[in-house]
Amino acid sequence: MAIIRYAQHGGSTRDVSLTEGSNLMDLARVNAVPGIDGDCGGSCACGTCHVIVDAAWAARLAPPNAEEDRMLSMIVDRQPTSRLACQIVATAALDGLRVQVPEHQF
Amino acid sequence: MKNTTKQWADDTLNLALNKVQATVPMDLQIKGMHLFQKARRRVLKRPPLPPLVETPLPAVDSLPLEQIDVTSPFLYRQGLWQSYFQRLRNEAPVHWQGHTPFGGIWSITRYDDILAVDKDHARFSAEPFIVMGEPPEGLELEMFIAMDPPRHDQQRLAVQGVVAPKNLQEMEALIRSRVQEVLDELPVGEAFDWVPRVSIELTARMLATLLDFPYEQRHKLVFWSDLASGSNSATGGTSTADEIFEGVPDMARQFTQLWHDKAARLAAGEKPGFDLITLMQSSPDTRDLIKRPMEFLGNLALLIVGGNDTTRNSMSAGVYALNKFPEQFAKLKADPAVIPNMVSEIIRWQTPLAYMRRVATQDTVLGGQFIRKGDKLVMWYASGNRDERKFERPDELIIDRPNARQHMAFGFGVHRCMGNRLAELQLKILWEELLARFDDIKVVGEPEIVQSNFVRGYSKMMVKLSRRTG
Repeated sequence: MAIIRYAQHGGSTRDVSLTEGSNLMDLARVNAVPGIDGDCGGSCACGTCHVIVDAAWAARLAPPNAEEDRMLSMIVDRQPTSRLACQIVATAALDGLRVQVPEHQF
Repeated sequence: MKNTTKQWADDTLNLALNKVQATVPMDLQIKGMHLFQKARRRVLKRPPLPPLVETPLPAVDSLPLEQIDVTSPFLYRQGLWQSYFQRLRNEAPVHWQGHTPFGGIWSITRYDDILAVDKDHARFSAEPFIVMGEPPEGLELEMFIAMDPPRHDQQRLAVQGVVAPKNLQEMEALIRSRVQEVLDELPVGEAFDWVPRVSIELTARMLATLLDFPYEQRHKLVFWSDLASGSNSATGGTSTADEIFEGVPDMARQFTQLWHDKAARLAAGEKPGFDLITLMQSSPDTRDLIKRPMEFLGNLALLIVGGNDTTRNSMSAGVYALNKFPEQFAKLKADPAVIPNMVSEIIRWQTPLAYMRRVATQDTVLGGQFIRKGDKLVMWYASGNRDERKFERPDELIIDRPNARQHMAFGFGVHRCMGNRLAELQLKILWEELLARFDDIKVVGEPEIVQSNFVRGYSKMMVKLSRRTG
């Protein structure tokens, strides 16, 4: 079964089984993964589903579009591989993808 | 040829103006501008805007759609806003009213439409102002909430660190001790006005901390903020142009002094603080802000208004709403862990700033309506937050509402409120500390409501506390 792994700031991890066509924000919310708010419901308009993608995986994802990049640019602790989880569509190819949930959502 | 000459004249005037702005003390410039505007009004025979007089507004059912005007600063006070906006949401969700005291206005009233407009900063510009009307002529403060990218981004990035979660974590203990101080001094068993004693006092203390403003003068911050957001020409409020012109020089003088004091202390080797002024001085994009007075004052006014009316009125709203829905108060007492979600729900229910304004940058279509380039659009967050399509039983406060966090009171897109986490933190602490002390907070008498089409606030709310036993 394909999974996405969410790593928490404290060190714990949660594996969530991946539903194709969903996105990483919805998967986290449906499975009650803490630390991902998704206040705008996945419209790329609030920046509260910030995750940091494992460096090994980052290059395998389509890069953020201009809209996502602008929302990311307003995040204080943005990292080189920061993404909005709602903009990462879950596909079988992402099986095993690990994302870090930041300490805080801004 | 003609164009080039005009261009040359404009450039020269702007150069001169910038020079004056950079060298003449800010408060004197504003006084000078006030005299100039008064003289100009006399020459042009244009009297200043008279105070708005409240008259009873008609019931919305008695009006044809094209006569509905939701811009009145008395709509909320008269308890009519829900019926007006519900009708617009159902019958004309993108509604044009060409004749309001603030000019022609498109009212956007459904959640999804508001979200679409808010996200699209290229099609819908936040410039030049985000309030409905215009501020007093000659006092057009510039602030990043009313700038489009990329200028907006630079200025916001320079200051938003002050309210970033990491900084807030460090402030939490301080905020809590100040809340405790204020609550411990409240009278028990006798009626008092909640608004000045709690809501205004707590927000004033917070603002003084964020700005590192002289603590004993913190009420000036509230006064200036009220003056700025209460402009009669901009929001239908009670501040006249003359009153604003008379108040702003003092604000300019004090903020200028604060800026120079900070710079001097920093130059003398003092460790940089983590306050707004220091942050502005440490960023290349805002380091010289003091030389651009309208921007300097504008951004400080923005930060005090942003941190004042909003949190203040949510602090009052929570008490009021829990009195209107007493079964929710019981639910809260039974399960205080619901506080964070309740905070979002209170902010949704109150929506302390009713809207933000945009201007169409091109001819476009929205909700089947043809919108012309240059038209003003008002995104009614207060209506979106009561949209039946998004929230079940939207007029009720339901403290464990599952999608309370999806309220739009903070806005969406690049202008989303940067102080949202601070607001949530302040309200969370307030409610934790209230529950620890009091068994009941009874609202005795209907609160008094602020005159404005922008700020949805309480100017007076008498309450009576009973001490928690056991």
